[in-house]
Order: sequence, then C-alpha cells, then structure tokens
Amino acid sequence: MHIVIIGNGISGITAARHVRKLSEHQITVISAESGYFFSRTALMYVYMGHLRLQDTQPYENWFWEKNKIALKRALIQKIDHHAQVLTSHEGEEIHYDKLVIATGSKPNKFGWPGQNLGNVHGLYSLQDLEAMEQGSQGLKRAVIVGGGLIGIEMAEMFHSRHIPVTFLVREPSFWNHILPHEESEMVNRHILEHGIDLRLGTELQEILDDGQGKAGAVLTKNGERVDCAYVGLTVGVTPNIDWLKGSALEINRGILVNKHLETNLPNVYAIGDCAALREPQPGRKAIEAVWYTGRMMGETLAHTLCGQPKVYDPGIWFNSAKFFDIEYQVYGQILPKTPDDQANLYWEHPTGKKSIRLVYEKSSGAIKGFNLMGVRYRQEVCEKWLREKTHVETVLQNLGLANFDPEFYPQHEQHLLEKYEQQSGKKLPLRQKRGLNAVLKFLQKAKS
Amino acid sequence: MSQVEPSMSLSSPRMHLQLNLGQKTGLVLGFSGLLLQILAFAGVALPAPVLVLTLSLLGMGGGILLYGWASYQGKPAGIKNNGVWANSLSNRGLWGWISTLAITALYVLLYFFPQALGQGSNGAANTGLVGLFDPLSQFLKKQNASQWFVYGVLYTLGILVMGFKFIWKYRHNRYQVIRTCSVMFFQTGIAFLLPEFMQRLNQPYYDFKNMWPLDYDFFEENQMQYLLQSGGVGLFMIVFGVLMIFIVSPVLTYFYGKRWYCSWVCGCGGLAETVGDPFRQLSNKTLKAWQLERWLIHAVLVFAVLMTLATLFAIFHKNPTGYYVNSLGMAIISACIFGGLALLLWFRPQAFKGLNPQVKVAATAILAVLVLASASGYFLGNPDIFFVPSDWLKAWYGFFIGAIFSGVIGVGFYPLFGSRVWCRFGCPMAAILGLQQKFFSRFRITTNGGQCISCGNCSTYCEMGIDVRAYAQKGQDIVRASCVGCGICAAVCPRGVLRLENSALDVHTRAGEERVIRFGENGAFIEA
Ligand SMILES: Cc1cc2nc3c(=O)[nH]c(=O)nc-3n(C[C@H](O)[C@H](O)[C@H](O)COP(=O)(O)OP(=O)(O)OC[C@H]3O[C@@H](n4cnc5c(N)ncnc54)[C@H](O)[C@@H]3O)c2cc1C
Ligand code: SF4
Ligand code: SF4
Repeated sequence: MHIVIIGNGISGITAARHVRKLSEHQITVISAESGYFFSRTALMYVYMGHLRLQDTQPYENWFWEKNKIALKRALIQKIDHHAQVLTSHEGEEIHYDKLVIATGSKPNKFGWPGQNLGNVHGLYSLQDLEAMEQGSQGLKRAVIVGGGLIGIEMAEMFHSRHIPVTFLVREPSFWNHILPHEESEMVNRHILEHGIDLRLGTELQEILDDGQGKAGAVLTKNGERVDCAYVGLTVGVTPNIDWLKGSALEINRGILVNKHLETNLPNVYAIGDCAALREPQPGRKAIEAVWYTGRMMGETLAHTLCGQPKVYDPGIWFNSAKFFDIEYQVYGQILPKTPDDQANLYWEHPTGKKSIRLVYEKSSGAIKGFNLMGVRYRQEVCEKWLREKTHVETVLQNLGLANFDPEFYPQHEQHLLEKYEQQSGKKLPLRQKRGLNAVLKFLQKAKS
Repeated sequence: MSQVEPSMSLSSPRMHLQLNLGQKTGLVLGFSGLLLQILAFAGVALPAPVLVLTLSLLGMGGGILLYGWASYQGKPAGIKNNGVWANSLSNRGLWGWISTLAITALYVLLYFFPQALGQGSNGAANTGLVGLFDPLSQFLKKQNASQWFVYGVLYTLGILVMGFKFIWKYRHNRYQVIRTCSVMFFQTGIAFLLPEFMQRLNQPYYDFKNMWPLDYDFFEENQMQYLLQSGGVGLFMIVFGVLMIFIVSPVLTYFYGKRWYCSWVCGCGGLAETVGDPFRQLSNKTLKAWQLERWLIHAVLVFAVLMTLATLFAIFHKNPTGYYVNSLGMAIISACIFGGLALLLWFRPQAFKGLNPQVKVAATAILAVLVLASASGYFLGNPDIFFVPSDWLKAWYGFFIGAIFSGVIGVGFYPLFGSRVWCRFGCPMAAILGLQQKFFSRFRITTNGGQCISCGNCSTYCEMGIDVRAYAQKGQDIVRASCVGCGICAAVCPRGVLRLENSALDVHTRAGEERVIRFGENGAFIEA
C-alpha cells in the first residue's frame, strides 16, 4: 500500500514515523517548502542566531532513507480522488492508495490596502523567514501588526538585531482574548521593558508604498503614521487549502474530518493545522493550530492507517509559549474572564514577572486549570488532578508535586496557600514539597 | 507560497555583531593586558615586573569582566544567545580558528618546550613569560615560578572572570549561579591557592579535588614516595585520595549523578563551563559522534586502569615490604572489585539489561585481561604484568592522553569542537562516573509530558553533544552516561520541558519508555 502524505510538518512527519513503526507500507512525504522536516516553532531562533537551520531539524538526514520514508519536493495542485492521483505544479502524477493532507496553515491577510507590497510578510514558512532576513538589511524600523504569539516572537526577533519595532495590537491589552487580565498586563509591561514601541488598542488602516513598490510606512486607524521599511502581518493563520477549493472535498474553514480524521472522500484523511473537526470536544475548537495537536493527530491517524482505528482525543488542553523572557504554560481551561461559577486563586511575584493562577469550580471545588507565567509546572501531575476533578484544597496542599522549576529555585507553593487563606479564611498546611520521589508515587509509575 | 523555492541563504544569517562601548573598552583593556604577556614572552625587557604583571593580569581579567558586564547589563535577565552563530569566534569562523591556533600553540609550549616560555633550566633564572610571574610565585610560596605556575594562574583567572561573566549571563537561574560559584571556589581555593600555600609551609603539593583516574599518576611510585616521605600530612592525602575514589565518589554519584564532580568540582569541567561556555554549541550531535565517543572514552579508561595496575604491581614487586599494601593486598583489592561487580550482576541483573551485546563482549574481554594480568603478577611474580615495562605504558599514557588529548586537543580545540572534547571523548574519570550514572544513580533529566516543540535549543547547547531533543520530543526521560548535569539544556528550553532530578524509586527503570501519547478506551491522551 502506498501512503502519500502532503506536508512534511509535525503532523505529516509524525504520521509517517508511526506508520513506519506499525507497518511496512510504502510512504511518500511531499513538501513544497523544504527538503527535510524542520521545527517551525524554532524559526525565530534561526533569525536570532541561536540556532542554524540544520539545528532545527529533529532527525539527521540519513534517518529517512533508513526508515524507508521517501521525501519529495513538489507543490501539489490537484487531486483526482476517483483515480487516486495527485498532480504537481510540474505536471507530475503521483498515485496514492491512502492520502493524508497535512498542509498546515498560511498567515492571514485581511484585505488592507498595501498588504501585497514588497517587504510585507507574515511569518510562517522558511520563505517568510528568508524575506525577513532580506528585509532586515539596513532596516531602520519594523512595524508588526497583530498581538498574538507570532507577533511577539517577531518583535523579539527584530529586537535581537537592534532594529526598532512598533507593535500594533488591536486589543486594549496583549493577547487578552486568551490571557486573563493580570497575565496580559504582565506581558504588556515586559514588552515595554524591552524597549518595544507597543501601541495597544491600535489597528492598521493602510500600508503606504515607498514609491518603489515596497512598504514605506503604515497608517493606523487612529490616524497615526509610522515610517518603516518592513511590515510583519501576524494576525493569525488559516488552513492552507486554497488549492482544494472546488474539489469534491468537504471544507469550511478547514478540511472537515470526523473523529477518525477521515474526510468525506474515501481513503483521504486530514490532520494538523489544516483539519477542522466536525465534532470537537466540549470546550475545544474545531481547528487548534498548535504543534501538540498536530503531533497527536499524526500518531492517532497512523494507527487508523495501519488497520487499528483510533479515535482522536486530544485529552486535556495544554499549551506553552514564551513572551521574550517570560515562559508561559497552561493546563486545562483558563478563560480570559473567569465565569461566575468559577473562582480564581492568583499569586504574582513582587517583581511582576512570575505568577501562578489556579481556577476551580465554586460549587464542587474541582480544579479547572493552571496558568503559569515564569514558573514551570509538571504536566502529568496537573493533568491527573484535572482529569480526576481533584478538589482545589487537595491540590493546594500537594502543590509541590506540580513544581517543575529547576533545583534551588524559590518555591512559591506557600504563597498560594496564603492567598487561599485570605480568600476563604481557611488555613491549610502545605503537605507536599517539591521532589521527584513523591511525584513518582503520586503517578504510581514507580516500579521497584 | 506559490512555487517550490529551493535555494536560500538562511543557514548563514547576515547578522552584524554590534559591540557597545563597554564591550569595546573591555576588549581593548583585555588585549592590552594580553599584549604585555606577549611582550614578556617575546623577551622584551619590561621595567618594574611587579607592576607589569599586575597591570597585565588586571587588564586581562578586568577586560573580560567589563566585556561580560557590558554584554548583559541593562537587559532583562533571560537566555542570551543572540548572534551566537553569527559571531566568528563562536561559529568556527576566522576568530575561532585564530584562537584554536593560539591556545594549541600555548599548550604545546607548556608541555614540550617550556624553555620557550622562559622556564629556566638547570637552575638558571626564569626569563620571558615565566620570569614575569616570578614575583607572584615568590609572594605565594617563596619560590620562583614554573611554567605550571603560569598555567595555574592563567587557568584560575580564566575560570574566575569567565565565571563571573557566566553568572551575570544566567543571573536568573539559581542552579547556574550556585554551580558556577562552586567551580570557581574549587579551582581557586582547592586547586590553586591551597597547594601553593601548602608548599609555602613545606608541605607536599596536592590537589584535594583531583582524583584517580583523572589524576593518572596518583598511584605512581615517585608520587607515593613523595607523599609518604612528608609524614602525616602526606599519608592523610593518600588516604583521602583513596577514600574519594572508593567511597565519596560512588556515594555522591549515586545520589546526584556525575554532575557533583564534572560540573560542580572538577577543574577541567570548571574551565569548560566558564571559558568554554561561548563554544558549547559546537559539540557534535550526530549518532556517529556518539558511537565514537563510547569507544574512545572507554578505551582510555581501560588504558588508564591497565597502566595503573601495571605501575602498582611493579612498585610492590620491587619493594615488597615498603608499603602498607603489597602484591597480595593488591590481589585482594582486585578480587574485591571484580567480586563486587560479579555480585552486582548477580543480584541486580536489571541494572545491566539492554546492554549492547558488543559492549558485553568487550567488557568481558577486558575483565578477563585484568584478572589474568593480576594473576600473572601475583602467582608468576612477574613485575611487568602485561609483559611490557610499566614505565613505558605510563610514558605513553602521559604523552598521548595526559598532554595531547586532555591539554592540547581538550582545550585548544574548544573553538572547533566545543568545550567538552576531553570530558566527552577522553576523560577516564568521566567514563567511570558515567557508567555508574547510567546503571546505578538516582539522577536523570525528566521531560515534561508532551510540551516539547522539537526546537532544538537543548541539543544545540548541550556541550556533551547529547541529542536531548531526541528524548524530549518522545516524552522520554534522559539517562545518559555522558550527561554532566550542567543544566543548560533545561535553562535554554523555551517551553520548560526539562528538569534535572533525582529519585531512588526507579533507579533501574529511569530510562523509561516513550510516553507522549497512549491510547486508552476513549482514544489518545497523554498519559502520566
Ligand atoms: C513562527 C511560529 C511559531 C510557532 N510556535 C508554536 C509554539 O510555540 N507552540 C505551538 O504549539 N505551535 C506553534 N506554532 C504553530 C505550529 O508550528 C503549527 O501548528 C504546526 O507547525 C502545524 O503543523 P502541520 O504539520 O499541520 O503543518 P505545517 O508545519 O505547516 O506543514 C505543512 C507543510 O505542507 C506544505 N504544503 C502545503 N501545501 C502544500 C502543497 N499543496 N503541496 C506540497 N506541500 C504543501 C507546506 O509547505 C508545509 O511545509 C508556531 C507557528 C509558527 C509559524
Ligand atoms: S544533557 Fe543537559 S545537563 Fe546534561 S550535559 Fe547536556 S546540556 Fe548539560
Ligand atoms: S526540550 Fe525544550 S529545548 Fe529541547 S527541543 Fe524540546 S522544546 Fe526545544
């Protein structure tokens, strides 16, 4: 059987690797972007000089041949699902028995005047990074439009090369449709601390031509003009499926898939950023364009492809990011505005660069989520508490189990207990300090 | 993207290194200090040697301190690797090669042509660079300097000032700060000042933190005699050294992994962690390099053990009653060691599970050779248990391993192969501690569930060339013989995925299975 995978990102590659683990099927992975799988999440580090491009490739080049995963560089433009044939832009035809579409996303553009000028780019692909590299030569100022995870990465990138940045964020506070107020404020402060010209509540009106077909300035909706020679558009991403529009494939924003990641066409599957679940789990989105879900989908689908059908279940939500120097981790459901039936426990370090937030259900006391800034928590422990709907008081007393900060770091568990005492009048003792022994016992995976 | 675009220049970012005023001043100051040393080396007659030496050391030390401070001051604390791959010193560029040549040349002179550095031979007064250091040596121990004194001063100065730079760079990370204070203390206090003062008090020279087999001539005849002749203190040093090898080191390694020594105490490690820090990303992460590493480092260990055994047997043979231990004692000690290993294998076979068959064959062969050699020494009364003179073995070891490998290549090649070439490929001490770390220690690096984004920062900045990401992205904990526990992988990870940890509960199953995803009744989830 010939399994063809379009897209060599995390989802396509994970699927290929696991199909190989489970079977001897012929595997071909096609990509227009790069010869080898690299970590998209590490693009910023290449620009900043922390890593070379080859350092972002998780597998050595011999890996693919050894595991009999054929890699092909081509842009696929057409799919004939009756004949089960793909056509590349060079007219080459590729037959498949099973097809996996894992074509990822592309940066959004919302039809602003000037959005197609030179030196106006999103940041998604290697080609975007190359454009940014080129555009950085002698650059006096860059403007970034869109206050999300990629926007702030781009700000850090330019900043690392001493290029002044103006950062336009439509919302009144950074990423505040995801982050609760205090955390969002913390990031605002941190951005300013780095000397970024952060303009909150500011929307892009238009990008002005410099007279040579390139970006020369932006106009904001407030009527301000910012001279710049590079504009980064980081206002989110959409599935990269334009080439499928008009095909028999059912698509809305993304390619519609059921819980087995099957599309409406036989032998055609979709995973990763480009897939939209028909029935997402409660509280979850149909498209979750993150690394982790792409990886989980890839592994799940590999089983289905190899005759052991599995249902895609992303488990308990988690994510992480880094805002300049502040690490961020989230486990479970943290909403920007806590619903009325839930309560918050929030502690912030006096430096204003670290915080811990626990959210729990008022009536039952069940823990709902953890939001960490500048503090590392242990995923497996948090997840177990969340899955078992553990009472917040039990969580608090055992909070050391979750602590994943490096050795010798100050431990903040006691502060949370104090906060709880202030809020509830109940004084609880801290029963469990940080330490792996206790964690192993708690997770019951210690074997003698 | 509308088409396939094959060629790109991304792999060589066109970043320009921009130095600020402080960094520039630091460089000028540092190079001025260095220039004074070069002038002394070139034999230029310098007036007022005390002043010149002071100025040059202050210039070099102060210059680096200023440079380090200026690099990080005024910036919020955090990971500071901007431009590492754009800097020709740290990306094997022109400055990398120049420094390799310079350091390598210095080591060659130190080991093989000390006269060229001005070391006076046959009682003649020191001149040149060594002569420049006479006043400091006189001040510390009332003797003139030697080339090793010069080396010791520069080495210690390097660890101190680059240590401060490192601390400033990682000031947000307490593990790094405390660890670096520790290596600075052990180098300055225990390895440098203490022995110098002991000599001043007419006591033997002894570096308490150096240990066999890194200190490969610890069991050498002259060394033993030298220590024994100096009475109680010398005897204490021998007992201390033996206790370190057989008790202190195994216990600490069991509790904390080899890091207690390699990245907290050891002088070679101390230099690698401080002076070598700008070069850690240059270590080779390929599978091939790992294979080479395993053969090479264990070969050196075997060489060191054979050489030491041969030396001991020869000593006891020549002088059967002059020591507390004789060849019968030796045979008993050997029997205890081999017996202990056999017992471990018997009672804890799981500790050796999963060993590569090649490794089993090699290990058995080596053990057999050792047993036969011990027997030949004891029963046949053969002074040269390997039928070659032990002096000969010692000389070759000293030349190839002691001088060329650990010195010339080990430090000289920092700017080409990263800071731990010796520690990774050659050090017999690291080999022993590594074996214990792998099979009998509570230490490991845990991976935080499924949070890894495969970015590669951890692998890139691992000075030991461990492909940390290969484990982290599978959700596997990292149990590797070579990990020195520097904690940099955990520090640079942008997603908080790695933690250095100890636990006794699962010593033999630490190298757990992949656990990114499990399939339960309800489908896939990340399992605890
Ligand atoms: C700068 C940046 C930082 C990020 N950081 C994080 C992070 O920290 N954490 C996180 O969880 N997520 C992060 N993400 C999101 C994450 O990278 C994506 O969710 C993930 O890479 C999607 O993987 P994928 O396999 O679905 O698709 P992709 O990685 O996009 O791979 C799809 C591949 O298919 C190719 N392709 C598309 N169409 C065709 C075609 N017609 N023919 C041939 N080839 C085609 C594309 O060129 C591409 O190479 C980040 C994204 C970016 C851009
Ligand atoms: S694995 Fe991590 S702790 Fe171990 S040597 Fe490498 S960087 Fe240091
Ligand atoms: S462990 Fe951390 S540094 Fe290493 S690849 Fe994963 S995310 Fe990157």
